[in-house]
Amino acid sequence: MNGGESMSQPLLQVDDLHVQIASRRGIVRAVDGVSLEVPAGEAVGLVGESGSGKSMTLRAILGVLPPEARVTAGRVLLDGVDLAQLDNRRLNQIRGPKIAMIFQEPMSALNPVMRVGSQIAEGPQVHMGMNRRQSAERALELMRRVGIPDPERRFSSFPHEFSGGMRQRVMIAIALSCEPSLILCDEPTTALDVTIQDQILRLLVRLCRESGTSLVFVTHDLPVVAQVCHQLAVMYAGRIVEHGSVEGVLTQPCHPYTLGLVRSAPDVDHPRSSLVAIPGAPPSLVSPPAGCRFHPRCKFAEEDCTVSDPPLRLLDAGHATACLHYERCLDELRTEGADR
Amino acid sequence: MTTKPLGGGTAASTATGSALLPSPDGPLLEATDLAVSFSLGSALIARLRHEAHVLHAVDGVDLTIPRGEALALVGESGSGKSTLARALAGLQRTDRGEIRLDGKVLPPRRSRADQRKIQMVFQDPYSSLNPRLTVGGILHELLRVHHVVPGSEVESYTRELLGLVGLGEESVHAYPRQFSGGQRQRVAIARALALRPELLVADEPVSALDVSVQATILNLLQDLRAELGLTLLLISHNLAVVRHLCDRIAVMYLGRLIEVGPTETLFAEPRHPYTQGLLAAIPRMSFTADGDAPAISGDPPSPLRIPAGCRFRTRCPIAQPICEQQDPVLTASNSDPAHSAACHFAFADAPPRATAAGEATGEGARS
Repeated sequence: MNGGESMSQPLLQVDDLHVQIASRRGIVRAVDGVSLEVPAGEAVGLVGESGSGKSMTLRAILGVLPPEARVTAGRVLLDGVDLAQLDNRRLNQIRGPKIAMIFQEPMSALNPVMRVGSQIAEGPQVHMGMNRRQSAERALELMRRVGIPDPERRFSSFPHEFSGGMRQRVMIAIALSCEPSLILCDEPTTALDVTIQDQILRLLVRLCRESGTSLVFVTHDLPVVAQVCHQLAVMYAGRIVEHGSVEGVLTQPCHPYTLGLVRSAPDVDHPRSSLVAIPGAPPSLVSPPAGCRFHPRCKFAEEDCTVSDPPLRLLDAGHATACLHYERCLDELRTEGADR
Repeated sequence: MTTKPLGGGTAASTATGSALLPSPDGPLLEATDLAVSFSLGSALIARLRHEAHVLHAVDGVDLTIPRGEALALVGESGSGKSTLARALAGLQRTDRGEIRLDGKVLPPRRSRADQRKIQMVFQDPYSSLNPRLTVGGILHELLRVHHVVPGSEVESYTRELLGLVGLGEESVHAYPRQFSGGQRQRVAIARALALRPELLVADEPVSALDVSVQATILNLLQDLRAELGLTLLLISHNLAVVRHLCDRIAVMYLGRLIEVGPTETLFAEPRHPYTQGLLAAIPRMSFTADGDAPAISGDPPSPLRIPAGCRFRTRCPIAQPICEQQDPVLTASNSDPAHSAACHFAFADAPPRATAAGEATGEGARS
């Protein structure tokens, strides 16, 4: 089943990415050797707890890191071009027509003093050489596509006049405005109500399927990933610890951290008597523990886990894990399955 | 200051005494026709914008919570669930309605003893703890003010409380900033339990926490219920959390309860179209990334422009002319008196068919 890799070059290839943040306590290794491939037309989920480096990875791809953070090593190849080497002027030609981003908080991502229609029309004007009238037409069409009712009237509204769900629709319209091949989503529905989240996720999935756009979707919500993504990468303390198809990773987790995540979230369809929490807290990224970074919280940890940091290794069908004793996760799942 | 308890103390002893004797199986809490409104800005501008000047956050809610039960209050943001919780806890002035605890009416200004009986845990453990007091300081202050235990026992009771919520003794001398989010929430729970409340109101206690930490807090709440026989009112938008923890669910929409029933009944047979949509909208581990029509389309209307008749009709897939004319009241099912819903067709033999709900109909934006 390794045939998929040789077929064609992935749209986005992140190679051994390192991001460091200077802080008072020392250098925080927020992203520490992340490699990721996003095939054209696919959605890749990136999950992990807060502080695992998932958002930093996303921001590094687009070159929008906070000022105190910088990429210290690694490549971000989009269609063969290394984005990490580009200056801001060149990056601006890529942001919009090639890659777009949707943030968690649309209110802080939208310009509060610019009319919504103009914000959507801006991209097509700058990148697609449209004049005012054409770009306004395009903005109206996009507003219709993302389901903003009464777009002619809404065109000249300001972001504060919109509800949270409608603002996120505006963000999606802006992201789609220059027909990018890749959209990066940073927890786009976390701030929304379930019913609105449902609307936005369905919209996003439908639009990406129609236009063949790839997604990188950062979230901490596993069921959301199951709805949207094809592939899933689990991050812990700046590293990817497990990677594979969404279904493979969530039903057959081969890393104790993933297993912990799956079991600590209450499942609405299968309530269990007690939730299994992951003991302890994520490590400091200034001085992470030696060996496997998860070993202090891991109940399967052995002597060898403390020695060297295990790399991701491929199991089968594109499923990769960074755990030396992943069989124990599967054993545990099997005994649990027998108990039920 | 550690002389005799103030006036509230005697009132408390008589209240609990009398409540224990006559009706041991009456509900712990009973709220009738509760309403809370906020007046906003200028009445003139509101009239010019054809909007109400008064926002009815809670608009006539009847709620009973039996002793020992865990009741969940669910709904979208702006549905009034937090306002209702604050009103029950005495943190919010009510316009009308009555709150009875153990059969005794709680006055608008509660005595200290009454305040003690309903305690709250807030969503954000970063802003609900005093940053300038140690954990011990927070608890000591509370215990002294309310005379929960004699002065000599304050120290040992504090340690007992921290043990109860799974924090070590060393945390007595720590400041909230030294704790992680999950630990802070434990401190907040210890603070609420310190007063030996009869009802614990938890407003989104785990939404600010990471998934792996959420589990520890949910387990703690579950253990505390079993150990202390605590009555719990849980406010949450996460139905998985609710199903895990609660016996009964009350669904709120625009300031009203629209469906109330036992958890499993509500999950198996939701009767109100809003509840049905809410349940269908939960993301599930089902690996079905389809782009079909969403469970409920449109945004909730602004609480300043509540639709006439049924409040849900603007988003309802089965809305009929009658829904515009008559506001449905919360009515119990004939077959199951514990299950009630506020929909004209909730328990009808043949409810109207759902019309194909187009994307984004109804109230688009707030403005």
